[in-house]
Order: sequence, then structure tokens, then C-alpha cells
Amino acid sequence: MMDVQSALFYAFSAVMLFAAFRVITARNPVHAALYLVLAFFQASGVWMLLQAEFLSIALVLVYVGAVMVLFLFVVMMLDINMDSIRQGFWKHFPLAATVGAVIALELAAVLLGGFRVTEPQKQVAAQLVSPVAVTAVAPVDVASAAVDAASAAVDVGHMVVAQVSNTKALGVVLYTEYLYPVQVAALILLVALIAAIALTLRARKDSKFQNPADQVRVKASDRVALVKMDAVKPAAAPAAEETQA
Amino acid sequence: MNITLGHYLTLGAILFALSVIGIFLNRKNLIVLLMAIELMLLAVNMNFVAFSHYLGDLNGQIFVFFILTVAAAESAIGLAILVQLFRNKSSINVDELNTLKG
Repeated sequence: MMDVQSALFYAFSAVMLFAAFRVITARNPVHAALYLVLAFFQASGVWMLLQAEFLSIALVLVYVGAVMVLFLFVVMMLDINMDSIRQGFWKHFPLAATVGAVIALELAAVLLGGFRVTEPQKQVAAQLVSPVAVTAVAPVDVASAAVDAASAAVDVGHMVVAQVSNTKALGVVLYTEYLYPVQVAALILLVALIAAIALTLRARKDSKFQNPADQVRVKASDRVALVKMDAVKPAAAPAAEETQA
Repeated sequence: MNITLGHYLTLGAILFALSVIGIFLNRKNLIVLLMAIELMLLAVNMNFVAFSHYLGDLNGQIFVFFILTVAAAESAIGLAILVQLFRNKSSINVDELNTLKG
């Protein structure tokens, strides 16, 4: 008999692996992108099981909301000839399946053998009690110690984790210990933004624009030219009026 | 039977292997190659989150946060290059990218 968590884990994993399989074998790139969205949703479910709520929601927001929409835009914008691209698709399949199976088996052998950790060790609290974060955690710590004076089975770290949410704990660490990396990450995003625009921006050849430097540098002699010439009497004007009437 | 850390790591390993297979299979299709790379990053992130949960160390989740940032930047620039490539060559076939070949 499986408990709920195990059942959820297996359900999320099965759907995620199926979706990943369809991503790499789908004929239509749009279908591949949509299956990738499904895979990301299932991954966020698995992360929810791992009590990483903030990252789980960030994955949905960032990937499904931004990156995958970008993918879909690009796929729909390009007119791709699928027949030429699918050539030789199944020719590589034996090699690909062999390499993939070897990688999966090796990793599974190492991982299942070496990492039979069943009960999460709750050391997050100990980590949070750093010189900068001690004020945020200390009150909770005292409260929890008072609460489970009767039940000694529950350790203090567990209570702290239960009371400080994942998002709060992540935020405390992110904006104290990792402040400069956060700013570097912001810089990376800025550079990526500028690079993406610079790569795809195409100036229109038929657009009319003014050059401010030229306008500033202009002199009166460039604009008004005085020409000396004899006066000429317009002779043909009355004749033109007659023909109109 | 309880879910152990090994289960999550195996899930990540299978996901990683699937995306390696995808890179082999879609050697010509640049878009699906980019998607396979996203799947690989997801597998790695899965390992980070699993370790972070079972070892009780929050730094793993911070690292996933930064990987998400870099992955978003990477896919944005990759797709921009892809669009530029399609404008110039009218194709996203990797085999035709031999302009730099002497």
C-alpha cells in the first residue's frame, strides 16, 4: 500500500517522462513545445512534493509563462520545412537509444546504491542561524522550544522549518548571503535583453528619419541661396486660363 | 515503501538520458535541440532540489534559482540567433551551418 506522497511522485514522474519522450519524438515543433510545457508542470509538482514551493511556482511562472511562450512564438513565426529536417531521424535511433540507456543505467546504479536517504534531515534551521539571519529565526526557535517541551520527539529544527515558510527562508538567504550574486543575475538578464534586441532588430530601409547632428550643424548659407537673375515676365499664364475655361 | 533521495535522483537521471537521446535524434532541428537542452537543465535542477530537501541545505535551491535565470537568458539569446539564422538561410537545419568552414 502506497501512501499519498509516493503515489503522487510516481504519477508526476510517469507523466513527466512521457511528456519528455514526446518532446524529443514529436513530428510537429508546436506539439514538442506544448509537451515541454506539460513536462514543466509535472516537474513543478515534483518540486512541490520536495517542499520547494517558491521554486515550483517560479518554474511555472518563468518557464511556462515566459520561455515557452517565446518558444511557441518563434516556432509559429518560422516556416519550417519538416520533411528535410526529419530526414535521418530514425537512422540515429539505435545509437541514441544505446547511449541513453547506458547513461540512465549507470546513473541509476550509482544513485540507487548510494543515496538511500529516506528521512529529510532538517538542517535548514541551523543554516539560517547565521550572524545576519539570527534575528529572523530566534523568536520562532524559542516559541517552538516552549511548545514541544512535552513531546521531545519533535526536534527544534523541524519546528523552525515548519513555521518559517520555504519562501521566507529562501528570501532571507538570498538577500543576505547571496546579495551580490542576485545583482549579477540581474545584470545577466539585462545583457540578455539587450543582446536579444540587438540581434533581431532590423532597421527599415524605407523609413524616414532626421539626423539631429546634421540639424545642429546647419548654417544659414546651407538653407538660403541668393541667386541674382534678370526679371522675366510670365507670358504663358493668360493663355493657360483661356484653355481651362 | 518510502520515496528516497535515490528515487528523485533516478528520475533526474532518466530525464537527462532522455534529453541526450533527443539531442542525438534531432541532430538537424535546432528548435528541438534547444528544447532538449531545457530538459537537461530541468533534470539538473531536479537533482539540486532533491539534495536540498534531503540534506536540509537551502543553498541548493538558491543555485536552482540562478540556473533558472541563466537558462532564461540562454533561451532568449538562442532563439534570437535562431530567428536571425532563419532570416538569412531560410532554414534551421544544423547541417547547413557551415559558413565558417574554410
